[in-house]
Amino acid sequence: MKLTLNRNLTQRLGFGLITTMALLTVLPIIGVVIYILAQGGPAISWEFLSAFPHDGMRQGGILPAIVGTFYLTLGTAAFSVPLGVAAAIYLSEYAAENMATRLIRLAIINLAGIPSVVYGLFGLGLFVLFLKFGTSILSASLTLSIMTLPVIISTSEEALRAVPESFRTVSISLGATRWQTIRRIILREALPGIITGVILGLERAAGETAPILFTGAAFFLPRLPGSPLDATMALPYHLFVISTQVPEMPFQIQYGTALVLIAFVLGMNLIATVVRSRARAKRQW
Amino acid sequence: MNKIVVENLTLQYSDGAESLRNISMDIREQAITVLFGPAGGGKSSLLRCINRLNDLTSVRALRGRILLDGENILDPKTDVIALRRKVGMVFARPVTLPLSIRGNLIYGLQVMGEKRKSKLDEAVERSLKQAALWDEVNDRLDDPAIALSGGQQQRLCLARSLALEPEVILLDEPTSGLDPISTGKVEASLQELKKNYTIVLVPHSVQQAARTADFAAFFLQGELVEYSEGKEIFTTPKEKRTEDYVTGRFG
Amino acid sequence: MEKELTWHEFLITRLIKASGYSAILFVALIFYFLLREGLPALAEVKLGDLFAAVRWYPIENYFGLLPLISGSLIVTVGAALIAVPFGIATAVFIAEISPRWARDILKPLVELLGGLPSVVLGFLGILVLSPYLRILLNIPTGLTALAGSILLGGIAIPTIVSVAEDALDSVPRSYREGAWALGATRWQTIWRVTLPAARSGVLTAIMLGLGRAIGETMAVMMVTGNAPVMATGLGALFSPVRTMTATIAAEMGEVSNGSVHYHVLFLIGITLFLISLIVNVTASAVVFQQKKRSERVLS
Repeated sequence: MKLTLNRNLTQRLGFGLITTMALLTVLPIIGVVIYILAQGGPAISWEFLSAFPHDGMRQGGILPAIVGTFYLTLGTAAFSVPLGVAAAIYLSEYAAENMATRLIRLAIINLAGIPSVVYGLFGLGLFVLFLKFGTSILSASLTLSIMTLPVIISTSEEALRAVPESFRTVSISLGATRWQTIRRIILREALPGIITGVILGLERAAGETAPILFTGAAFFLPRLPGSPLDATMALPYHLFVISTQVPEMPFQIQYGTALVLIAFVLGMNLIATVVRSRARAKRQW
Repeated sequence: MNKIVVENLTLQYSDGAESLRNISMDIREQAITVLFGPAGGGKSSLLRCINRLNDLTSVRALRGRILLDGENILDPKTDVIALRRKVGMVFARPVTLPLSIRGNLIYGLQVMGEKRKSKLDEAVERSLKQAALWDEVNDRLDDPAIALSGGQQQRLCLARSLALEPEVILLDEPTSGLDPISTGKVEASLQELKKNYTIVLVPHSVQQAARTADFAAFFLQGELVEYSEGKEIFTTPKEKRTEDYVTGRFG
Repeated sequence: MEKELTWHEFLITRLIKASGYSAILFVALIFYFLLREGLPALAEVKLGDLFAAVRWYPIENYFGLLPLISGSLIVTVGAALIAVPFGIATAVFIAEISPRWARDILKPLVELLGGLPSVVLGFLGILVLSPYLRILLNIPTGLTALAGSILLGGIAIPTIVSVAEDALDSVPRSYREGAWALGATRWQTIWRVTLPAARSGVLTAIMLGLGRAIGETMAVMMVTGNAPVMATGLGALFSPVRTMTATIAAEMGEVSNGSVHYHVLFLIGITLFLISLIVNVTASAVVFQQKKRSERVLS
């Protein structure tokens, strides 16, 4: 009897402790979002979103940063999506389980773990200096692409592998080649999963600062970038700059910028989630 | 006339399991040849050799020849794509491609490069009639194939192979998941089809084998134990092992 | 095996194969460029002046890396002290204790945290966290290693939670039921059966989470005060430090191409690359082992 009481007490206390710790972890997240919304919300206006900054960023809007992030995300997609999806197709549909394939997977794991600032160094060394692309959207996009590659490859591979093997068998038995099977059936069925992975990867790239610090980001540009060889402003870098380098920066603008950045990133997350659940509902297998 | 001749075929998978041991047999055209026996006998493996589907699995050793119209299809120089159009296959569980009914049927023709609508429509109607499915689905050809019942899906798979106008049809336990009525429809289609095609069937029961066979081969653990014309093998088998299986003493 | 690929299909297949191998190419490329720009530092600065010196003051040619390494270390250790207990606790809560409906709210929330750009956390660190710490702890400035540790903890927690929660979830139900059948309480089951069974997955979670923390740049750069002084003892948590990552990010912009300072920053990059290599390869080796073992056990 006493033994049971003791154990039940332990369980109560234990559960209570765990629950408290979990809440302490999770509640601040909600708090953070609400706080930024509250502080930054008032700053959001059409002018804020569509105008250039004035007076050393202390007034005006963040249009060039928004456009810059948009360009960078597009640039990253342009390089990382074809390459990443193709690599995923290779791993899922063609590669045999041998040493070479294990090496590829190891390389992907490594790419995933490299600190973002090291990517910045690499981008500086290869794209900006060696290939002489200079500090540009091109250099920054290429750098971000390599950084995003692991995410796209692993989510795409998972999506491809999820397609039932029986489809491949039937297709081959009807006289299709492997590529025809991939193009007509496998890729189509895996597409929602691939899109979800791509969006999540790009979302991460959009929020990164370190890789673009030396490869493409500019403090202030009076005009929007006109070519991929131009440098650009970008939301994450802009937030960094106005919160650390500009004295007497109005708080509201800072929070507003943070809000726009979060909205951009979370918006992409939302799209990815919607794509994922709609695809699951429509699946024919 | 022998459509297919199997000569000394031995097959071993990478995990060491020996699937076929020195099989030699003839498969007559315009007839139903039945390969029956307990699980693991090598019947499916033999089927998958005939349309080279075994290329997709890890095979350690493959010896012997399979002659289709006199040509060895195990030769590495064989045009496997053309072979698979000539030799159609229906699998145990109906696997419809994630396309419409029409999409499933014209898939094989489309990968061949056939684009003419007239040809495709003609193939759709012909193959559905051959599989005795035309009446049931001709008004909803653009519906997803997955919406059909199990029996209908399997007949669709049969029609899908027929759309390519093959010469041989391989069926691997095609009615194992189907109700008796659907099974009957499939067996009736086969009786019609054998007039123009060579059919090799792995049945899911000895009774089905007995119902449908023009020629029957009993497989046991990779070995071809007995082969006979007609239904004698079911009533008066020559080998004891055959008799034990047919009478239900094991299996 | 499949004969007669048209030239067009042949080309595509070749491109796909090349894409597959590109990952190896990129890792090699990154390593090469880091070495190319970083190794000269070893020739230009004496080894002792790099790895045994405690002054980092590049303007006067002091390139002692120890303060930076110790800065990274203390911030990461602090982050671990926060992230591991809270991360594991949250994972246990989500996997074992919370009701179904709560799980569907908590998991996305944690993912949300994981999706927040680190610069946003750093920003909040400057405006909210460090003034708060300054007042709460009565210290001269809130821009300290502690602030960095808290933010890094927040960055590591989502990784730890999702990987650990997956690991706990995949412990077969039969393990738990066996324990209950023997009269154990749910609490005892968690600590004596489920967690030990998920041990390698949880370990992986921690390694991956801390790996992410070590490599973090912006958040730490913004809140740790950027003072490259030696961090000695846990008391250093309450004073400013500088991490390796922040050093690169802060100084690379002002450095002239080809100078000693430039090379040393790349050398730091090599160090970070190697650290992440070791952490990630070890983590995945652990996962690999666990998968093989569980495959054998369950088959």
